[in-house]
Amino acid sequence: MNNADIGWMLLSTALVLLMTPALAFFYGGLVRSKNALNTMMMSFVALGPVAIVWALLGYSLAFAPGNPFVGSLSFAGLRGVGMEAQGTIPHLLFMVFQGTFAIITPALISGAVVERMRFNAYLAFIVLWVLAVYAPVAHWVWGGGFLATMGALDFAGGAVVHVNAASAALVAALVVGPRKDFGRHAILPHNVPFTMLGAGLLWFGWFGFNAGSALSAGTTATLAFTNTLLAPAATLAAWTLIDMARGGTVTAVGAATAIVVGLVVVTPAAGYIGPLSAILMGAIGAVPSYFALIYRAKTKLDDSLDVVAAHGLGGATGAILTGVFAQAAWSGGARGLIDGHPVQVVTQIASVLVVMAYSGGATFAILKLLAVVMPLRITDRHEKLGLDVSDHGEEAYTHGDGAILVKPKESAATQAATDAIAVQSGGGA
Amino acid sequence: MKLIVAIVRPEQLSDVLEALFHAEVRGLTISRVQGHGGEMEHVENYRGTSVKMALAEKVRLEIGVSNHFVQPTIDAILAGARTGEVGDGKIMVLPIEKIVRIRTGEEDQDAVTPVEPVENP
Repeated sequence: MNNADIGWMLLSTALVLLMTPALAFFYGGLVRSKNALNTMMMSFVALGPVAIVWALLGYSLAFAPGNPFVGSLSFAGLRGVGMEAQGTIPHLLFMVFQGTFAIITPALISGAVVERMRFNAYLAFIVLWVLAVYAPVAHWVWGGGFLATMGALDFAGGAVVHVNAASAALVAALVVGPRKDFGRHAILPHNVPFTMLGAGLLWFGWFGFNAGSALSAGTTATLAFTNTLLAPAATLAAWTLIDMARGGTVTAVGAATAIVVGLVVVTPAAGYIGPLSAILMGAIGAVPSYFALIYRAKTKLDDSLDVVAAHGLGGATGAILTGVFAQAAWSGGARGLIDGHPVQVVTQIASVLVVMAYSGGATFAILKLLAVVMPLRITDRHEKLGLDVSDHGEEAYTHGDGAILVKPKESAATQAATDAIAVQSGGGA
Repeated sequence: MKLIVAIVRPEQLSDVLEALFHAEVRGLTISRVQGHGGEMEHVENYRGTSVKMALAEKVRLEIGVSNHFVQPTIDAILAGARTGEVGDGKIMVLPIEKIVRIRTGEEDQDAVTPVEPVENP
């Protein structure tokens, strides 16, 4: 084992963990204020139950030696996952690093169902999804499964994380159905600075996501790190140019979106391509997502925060372009079209399609199963009122005016007689 | 001339505005207010503190109209704001002593007669 590698991977794990709260801010700013807490909680809550089921079961299904489709249960309950070497780092560290990926992937899906999915149903969904969809798909690519055998390249999760989450998001948006106001009233972001803060923190955390996926502190991490800066920079530049070329203004929400799209695009390629290819890839990757965002808003598909346009198209573009731009001189082995290995492009397309199909199908099954046990949607009245009050009993921006303190020892009857208006400056508790 | 003051649910505001514009009521002012209209208070919890929210968010519309516009305005607000649940709000019609349009100095009836909207340069 190597202490420099261990140090980098400890830091990377913390960086990737930060991406989930960052996503909460990114998404939270894009919804209406009455749903701000609910939307942020959809990301935050993944930090709890998803991390636990990952440690107890998901990790084993993804990374324990098994068949080509799913891992065995030999690592269940973290049995045999300790300080023994996994490459140059302890096995336990590898498990927890992968855990941070398992946490953010289901949280990405929430963008397609915000402002109307019941929180309980969502909670049950992400726990089932990470076990039934994320873990096997991670096994296919990173755990020695059939996509790995086929030679599919996915450095940090273009297919495993982004195409996977986006395919689930598309199905979830369709099964849960559109918001009542969608297409009837304008639905505007309530806090664009939150969204920009989220995009910035996502970029910061993504250095751990991509460069950490080298699983060591060496030259591959350096390459992935560099590409994680250059590709989103190129996407942002291209996005800005398209904005201006179309005669419009350069928007803040657009810039925040461009950064995320660029990060998604470079994720599968980060450790396989040279820095100039990363610039090219980032710029090319802006185009499909840019126009898909504009087109989607005109359709009946209420993928509310555009998970499909940003993560689906970005992830697919990135995965396919990895098959174009991978170069042995940079990757130390993996070759793509420009390095005389055109078949890689076909392998990449196949891997995207397989992940899309499985994730979409399994997500449909999980949601339909859940719908038998519990309603997936909140009531129309609660949808109007906002999910912060209906599903969490809190508000994001309360001033505390008219808040009557409920005193613990009084009965309801005496309570009513002696209500005192709580003087709360700023509503703090 | 009458001043129509309406208190409505914030989540119905888009519907109300749509209905008003449809009825060609173009001049109005809104403000965000809080009030209590006999509806059930909901309970919120912040750490150990439980509170009953006695005041609900509402939107107040103020619309100065000429007499023959009173009923269409009321109808539009009813159409947009009614959900059937307690807490839908109130519409109040008040007499007005005088209205002056600041831009032109026009008074009373002339001041509340809509002009064709002119695009600002």
